[in-house]
Amino acid sequence: MQINAIDYFEKGALLRCRDKVAVIDTAGQYTFAQLERFAKNLAALLIKRGDFIRRPVPVFLPKSMGNIVANVGILYSGNAYANLDIKSPVQRVKGMLDNLAPKVIVTSAAHIAALAALGYEREKLLFVEDAMVDETLYENAALLKRLDRLIDTDPYCIIHTSGSTGIPKGVGLNHRSTIDFIDWSFDTLNLSGNEVMASLAPIYFDAYTLEFWMMLSKGSTWVVVPDACATFPAKLVEFITKNPINFIFWVPTIMVNIANQDLLTNADLSRITKVFFIGEVFPTKHLNYWRRHLPQATFVNLYGPIEIVVACTYYIVDREFSDDERIPVGFPMRNTEIIILNDENKAAKLNEPGEVCVRGSSLALGYWNNHERTGKGFVQNPLNPHHPEMIYRTGDSGFWNERGEVMLLGRKDFQIKHLGYRIELGEIEHAVLQIPGFKNACVVYNHEKKEIVLFYETEKEQTAGFIREKLGPIIPKYMMPTVFTWMEQMPRNPNGKIDRAQLVARVNESK
Amino acid sequence: MKSIAEILKEIRPEFDFTTSQDFISDGMLDSFDIVTLVSSLDKNFSVSIPGTEILPENFQNIQTIEALLRKSGAAT
Repeated sequence: MQINAIDYFEKGALLRCRDKVAVIDTAGQYTFAQLERFAKNLAALLIKRGDFIRRPVPVFLPKSMGNIVANVGILYSGNAYANLDIKSPVQRVKGMLDNLAPKVIVTSAAHIAALAALGYEREKLLFVEDAMVDETLYENAALLKRLDRLIDTDPYCIIHTSGSTGIPKGVGLNHRSTIDFIDWSFDTLNLSGNEVMASLAPIYFDAYTLEFWMMLSKGSTWVVVPDACATFPAKLVEFITKNPINFIFWVPTIMVNIANQDLLTNADLSRITKVFFIGEVFPTKHLNYWRRHLPQATFVNLYGPIEIVVACTYYIVDREFSDDERIPVGFPMRNTEIIILNDENKAAKLNEPGEVCVRGSSLALGYWNNHERTGKGFVQNPLNPHHPEMIYRTGDSGFWNERGEVMLLGRKDFQIKHLGYRIELGEIEHAVLQIPGFKNACVVYNHEKKEIVLFYETEKEQTAGFIREKLGPIIPKYMMPTVFTWMEQMPRNPNGKIDRAQLVARVNESK
Repeated sequence: MKSIAEILKEIRPEFDFTTSQDFISDGMLDSFDIVTLVSSLDKNFSVSIPGTEILPENFQNIQTIEALLRKSGAAT
């Protein structure tokens, strides 16, 4: 029985194809044998810093071979990696780091100043470049033996997600939940190891987890798409045409942009055999455009919040849909049950809407150092009064259709998906209220135009530039409001609260 | 009506867009900024910049953005 996810690498790519290219980034390309040496070197350097285990080790690096070395190395040391967004505002990164209380941060010398500004001095840092050397700094048998101290419910990684109180929540995932998902994906999604992936997913997203293990276990090649290509859809299409890419796992936003600009008509993408997508709804009209241009490819819709490893349902697109039909999120994964609970906390009937809840080994451990929030999302299964059993309440509403597929309807709360990122509107409001003179704030999402609309109350109207400047150090770019509306006074409902419903109606009227 | 420089200043208040000749290589505009910039230019100049024109060479500096707007039918 597999207990530790790292066995995928030991028994996978390292046995089968050591000399194959594992990673291609903007600096060069690296084989699995190189990756093994660098990662085990890093593990040895990490263990020298202290014999700790099961601890989160933050990684402050751009997406690259370096971050892969850090992640694999941290796993070999028996600890859990926590990839951070190096472009996120410093205050936000500090909140995440302080919550993790790391003993060591893996980074590179280029980031010494940035981390010092957050209160993390040189002695806390380990530089990945010190591990990426020709020498062997580890003793293999001792390193692997040390991992016997772990069990499969120990933490594997931590992924951060937006929190309505202004501080991101760290979702802790364990080895068992990761193995549960990865085994299923290998058995079901027909992955061979011949995949060449054009990777766009940020390393602090969970979509990265699938690409990571396709590489380490199957021996697929992970190609980092350069930033400049990701900015311009035409450049991105050019990149996947010019490189031997045959696999993509992207968020729909970028694929919708490509469809809107009709960039596939003159591109030869006949090599691409798999198109997976996750993170938000793929509008059927745009999906149909992609299917028409890539008739040879298998399209797979994956659905699942970060609190479940990568996904909990999947749908392999196997029939025709008209542009106005919604595609299902599909079937529960193996060893996972989807329960749709109605308002009375009972199992919903066919076609009856309710909250999508998940039961299974792939559930996260909870939120790091946050028992209160964990207790709200991860709760006792109301259908099981007999023994303790956790389910995760996703906050998404949905229903079962006649085919036994899960269909999604939307959110029950103030969480949105914007450009594929999961955002709590409350986090943006919290940030706005930190600007001196801002008395009230309400953020509404315009789903039609994909705009984050801020309503704010101040004595005098402020320019968008002023607000952006003030919010820049607090929230990441993808949370930045796109429409700014000044109000001398916010509309109130009879009990004195901001009348959000009225503002939502106003935004929807502006279509 | 706002000028191109004013719109850029609103999006990235920390940069001086009048001195750079290549906003993209200088790292002054990322993918989020391009999305915001295109929608601000569309609104402000009452145009609809075609998606096929969203290329790095059209967003290098104020002159290339001006040319792009003229091509898209704006009265600049």
